[in-house]
Amino acid sequence: MEKKLPTIEVIEKYCKGCHICVEFCPTKVLEMQGFVVGVKNLEACIKCMQCELRCPDFAIKVTA
Amino acid sequence: MAFEYEKWLRPGKLPHIWCPGCGHGIVMKGLIRALDTLQLKKEETAIVSGIGCASRLPGYMDCCTLHTAHGRAAAFATGVKMARPEMNVILCGGDGDGTAIGGNHFIHACRRNIDMTYIIMNNMIYGMTGGQFSPCTPTGAKASTTPYGNPDPGFDIAKLAIGAGASFVARGTAFHANQIDKLIVEAIQHKGFSVVEILDDCPTTYGRRNKYKSVIEMMNRLKDIAVPVKAAEKMDPEQLKGKVLTGVLYKEDKPEYCEQYKAVIERAQGAAR
Ligand SMILES: Cc1ncc(C[n+]2csc(CCOP(=O)(O)OP(=O)(O)O)c2C)c(N)n1
Ligand code: SF4
Ligand code: SF4
Ligand code: SF4
Ligand SMILES: [Mg+2]
Repeated sequence: MEKKLPTIEVIEKYCKGCHICVEFCPTKVLEMQGFVVGVKNLEACIKCMQCELRCPDFAIKVTA
Repeated sequence: MAFEYEKWLRPGKLPHIWCPGCGHGIVMKGLIRALDTLQLKKEETAIVSGIGCASRLPGYMDCCTLHTAHGRAAAFATGVKMARPEMNVILCGGDGDGTAIGGNHFIHACRRNIDMTYIIMNNMIYGMTGGQFSPCTPTGAKASTTPYGNPDPGFDIAKLAIGAGASFVARGTAFHANQIDKLIVEAIQHKGFSVVEILDDCPTTYGRRNKYKSVIEMMNRLKDIAVPVKAAEKMDPEQLKGKVLTGVLYKEDKPEYCEQYKAVIERAQGAAR
């Protein structure tokens, strides 16, 4: 069975580009795309939610 | 499921004013998760702050809020709690607000053991006003007012709170985000004055002056210095050098102020009759 991928939503108007989510994602799912965050490798996401928990700006939401 | 922070936020207030990577936003999110876990009612929840970047927090929250005078959150909050003991009263603010100008209010709220929860965001600096040293700035650190290094030793907020009589004291960090809500939940549930110190970061006025190249370096510092209390039991003093303990540091059951005061009222009314 194909594994169900999470949805990662970045609210670009809230993201301040601090890099916290990118740096501490254990599987390097995220990257900076200009001043805001983008998803580089969704398949690698282990849904640990750390990016969402640590984002100071309410800018990233992971739905498992 | 993505957590719905919006239900506790005033509509239209985001993006907030805090700088990129400022830990205060991480703390606010932890507080919101705690309020949600406890299913508190907005009309029975009051968040009271002083002045500073950290003290801007209540402005974003959709419940009863008070943004008061610098260092005076504890005084206003005490008034709220005495008038409405059924309210959940939560104080928040920075290290400068709470331990410099507000140090006196802080220690006496601890001493009285009034049933409120105080979340103190310790970024070791006066962020809002441009980076003057606070009583929590470490020895040797640079601030706008200590350009050659701070000669003063910093306060240990948790020890100060325990010494002054707070009956619940915990510490977490902005890096350990998933622990913040759990500590706040325990603090709110505890009957008495509960202090939750969250070590966070001010990249703009502290990091810059103290050779942290980025927010990430400041987060890594929090990651490296934190040792959970349980883990610390198995470590020797040499291994604990430069570390800070995290988790619930102190808990005690003792008489709570509103109840003590109520008993005084009853005694006085009895005497008058
Ligand atoms: C009576 C009074 N004195 C001084 C100030 C200036 N002031 C505003 S915020 C602040 C310090 C805030 O530091 P802290 O509480 O650590 O909050 P942070 O900005 O670091 O989050 C000071 C000194 C003031 N607003 N009122
Ligand atoms: S949920 Fe975890 S693994 Fe997935 S992007 Fe966020 S930090 Fe990375
Ligand atoms: S942690 Fe939040 S604000 Fe920082 S880069 Fe990631 S999404 Fe943007
Ligand atoms: S000045 Fe410092 S404390 Fe204030 S918002 Fe910016 S990073 Fe946060
Ligand atoms: Mg401060």
